[in-house]
Amino acid sequence: MDPARKRKTRAVVLLTVALLLAGALIYTSFSAATEATTPSQLVASAEPERSYELTGKVVDGSVSREGERLRFAVRDRVGQTAIPVVYEGVVPDPFREGREVIVEGRVVGGTLMADRDSLVTKCPSKFTEKQGGQG
Amino acid sequence: MAAVGSACLFVGLLTAVFAVGASLYGARTGRRRWVDSSRRAIYALAALLVVAFGLLEAAYLTSDLSFQIVTESSSTDTPTFYKLTGLWSTQEGSLLLWGLLLSIFSSAVLYATRRRLRDIVPYATAVLGAVATFFLALSVFAESPFTVLATPPAEGNGLNPLLRHPAMMIHPPMLYSGYVGFSIPFAFAIGALVTGRTGADWIRATRRYALVAWTFLGFGIMLGALWSYSELGWGGYWAWDPVENASLMPWLVGTAFLHSVMVQEKRGMLKVWNVSLIVTTFVLALLGTFLVRSGILSSIHAFGASTLGAPFLAFIALVLVGSVVLVLARLPALRTEARLDSLVSREAVFVGNNLVLVGVCFVIFWGTFFPLISEAVTGTESSVGPPWFNRYVTPLALVLVLLSGIGPVVAWRRATPANLRRVFAVPVAVAAVALVTLLLLTPALESVPSLIMFTLVAFVLAVVGQELWRGTTARRTMTREPLPVALGRLVARNRRRYGGYTVHAGIAILFLGVAASSAFVDQRDARLVPGQTARVGDYDLTYREPTARFLDDRSGTGAPVTFGAVLDVRRRDGGQSFVLRPSRNYYAAPGADGAGGTFGRFFEGESTTEVDVRSGLRRDLWTAVQPDIGALSGAIREANRRFAGVPAEAQALILAAIVERYRRDAPPATFRTLVSPMIAWIWVGGSVALLGALLALWPTAAARSRRVTSLYAARLGRELSRA
Repeated sequence: MDPARKRKTRAVVLLTVALLLAGALIYTSFSAATEATTPSQLVASAEPERSYELTGKVVDGSVSREGERLRFAVRDRVGQTAIPVVYEGVVPDPFREGREVIVEGRVVGGTLMADRDSLVTKCPSKFTEKQGGQG
Repeated sequence: MAAVGSACLFVGLLTAVFAVGASLYGARTGRRRWVDSSRRAIYALAALLVVAFGLLEAAYLTSDLSFQIVTESSSTDTPTFYKLTGLWSTQEGSLLLWGLLLSIFSSAVLYATRRRLRDIVPYATAVLGAVATFFLALSVFAESPFTVLATPPAEGNGLNPLLRHPAMMIHPPMLYSGYVGFSIPFAFAIGALVTGRTGADWIRATRRYALVAWTFLGFGIMLGALWSYSELGWGGYWAWDPVENASLMPWLVGTAFLHSVMVQEKRGMLKVWNVSLIVTTFVLALLGTFLVRSGILSSIHAFGASTLGAPFLAFIALVLVGSVVLVLARLPALRTEARLDSLVSREAVFVGNNLVLVGVCFVIFWGTFFPLISEAVTGTESSVGPPWFNRYVTPLALVLVLLSGIGPVVAWRRATPANLRRVFAVPVAVAAVALVTLLLLTPALESVPSLIMFTLVAFVLAVVGQELWRGTTARRTMTREPLPVALGRLVARNRRRYGGYTVHAGIAILFLGVAASSAFVDQRDARLVPGQTARVGDYDLTYREPTARFLDDRSGTGAPVTFGAVLDVRRRDGGQSFVLRPSRNYYAAPGADGAGGTFGRFFEGESTTEVDVRSGLRRDLWTAVQPDIGALSGAIREANRRFAGVPAEAQALILAAIVERYRRDAPPATFRTLVSPMIAWIWVGGSVALLGALLALWPTAAARSRRVTSLYAARLGRELSRA
């Protein structure tokens, strides 16, 4: 095979492999992803056995601790619809009532049973460095 | 003072615009004076920004609360180090820092190239001036650090407690130096494209800056990881969070760039690839700067809608589109001078390395922006988590480490079987021995990716060791020097090569630590009362007693209240026993009538985890404590009710009494413990890589003498031509 054809074949093979890998990547990202939802969306239509990522604000006065479990309620950024959450694991340092949080889990009987260590609290001020913890 | 500062910024903006105009005019008309003037404008810009920066630091040092940013991020009782570094924890200060670093780096490169590359430099100046204009325009019109408050408050908010860690405060200047550093080769690449001088000149002129940028950026990323491990409460160092990814992406593509330019220098290949890579690196650097302060991605850092989102995106789009158009227009000038002869050659390995690095960058890009992509495609916003990232990055990382062992020793153009045998016999043997040892003596087989990584690390280290050995013995046959001297001189005379080898070794060691600590980590969360013991890995941890400190912050961050625990730790097989003291700092919520009341506010403000780690070469034992201060709420309510109006000295006494209650009552506390094998090697590997980069950067005596002689030669030439 002359060098030019060899080079062309190499390029085609490389491109095909790259496209296949990228395709696999893209495909799995859609199936492995967790859907981002708000409390009102979850309260209205949560499918059981499905993993959701809940974003919202911690309701004032809703935080209580029972042993290793943390219970709190999360409401929409604007609005009052709230959903109770039961969480175990690392509680990020900025976690506080009124702060925005992101937590993952499944909805069981109207309550979000959170995945361990999945609680993330957003920085309270306009611009500060990275905070919070995830497992 | 603030007026002087604002004036500096405004004049700086005008200076930057002038630099752009003058350099373009000078380039078009051939009038050198205008180009020289534009260069001096950049020097002037740097000086102005230094003044502005100095004024702000002075305001911080004196706690001048009439400045809005000082009030936001500092207070009279913030420790001095955090007063000085708090400037860049604010939006305005960080933009100014970007502009300042850009002007300093630009001044340095323009000074160094003031008599060279006369075609390219004017356009490079114009590009750098344009980027400076953008950042300064943001500072002048949108986010001015010199905003003054009409009525300054009595006390500032203080620096966010989570940032009160040395690593976290050095992290932004390091990252920005990295981003800014990459703008230099970018500007010169644009200049090269515009003028059609697409040989390796622009690469040679900016190679050092690219390496400096890479070093700073890598160091900044390491600091961020170190901060996460030692300051946050989860015990990990990388979470694939969007802001982490935002800094890693330009670093990966920058690494690819550093390698592929070597191919262009050596063989005149990959010209289109190189300009595309540096454009991508710079765009990703801008994107990184933008992501951290925007609201577009739902992460720890997403703050509503930021006013800077639109201008940044517009600028990034302009840079990207402009660069692509320019590259396409100049494709004829970017024709390759040589072709790839064989897949078994250094060029091919470098191409492979580039493809892997770009591949990893693509994976990270896709995963980071997936919420936006999925929203656009399916209508619902979804995100992918760390397991998805790990699944795709791990195999690519394995290939990368393998290539980093092959690349340095395989021949250019075409490697013969004899050449391959000669260079790979020993390293492959070492790797095989390592593999067998791991299989027989360690539980490494439990994690196949880790096993492969360990074997590859052994391979890379063997290659580096072999090269050092061969070079040293070759030198000794001629000079008969003692071994250490020969080694030292060998490295000193080939700093680029051996610096590069050292970096490879460092990265290999880093991956060793990453693999071991990820695959074999042992984690345990436990809720203990004093006297109870928890078991994690080979350790028994007994909660001996609680600690409570008032106005006695051992970590130097100025926290009024600290609650912690004393843990007696013993290794199960009768080994050492030692003490760990994790704690938690509590900072007061600002404002005398803040939430919680007079006394409660000391417990309602921010609180930070103060981790205690016992580090070792074989493993780290990491602990964090979450005290339960709910038990104190009764005492706090009582104090609020009865003693709200008492003078400050009495308040301090009552607060001290409440704090002491925690120690006396000793409620149960939740502990998180991690045993991470070989995690310290991550920091060791990073340091080795850093040293390697510094070694590669260090100017050699030969280079210096070459510069001096060439200057004399040029001067002599001018004299002679005048005669």
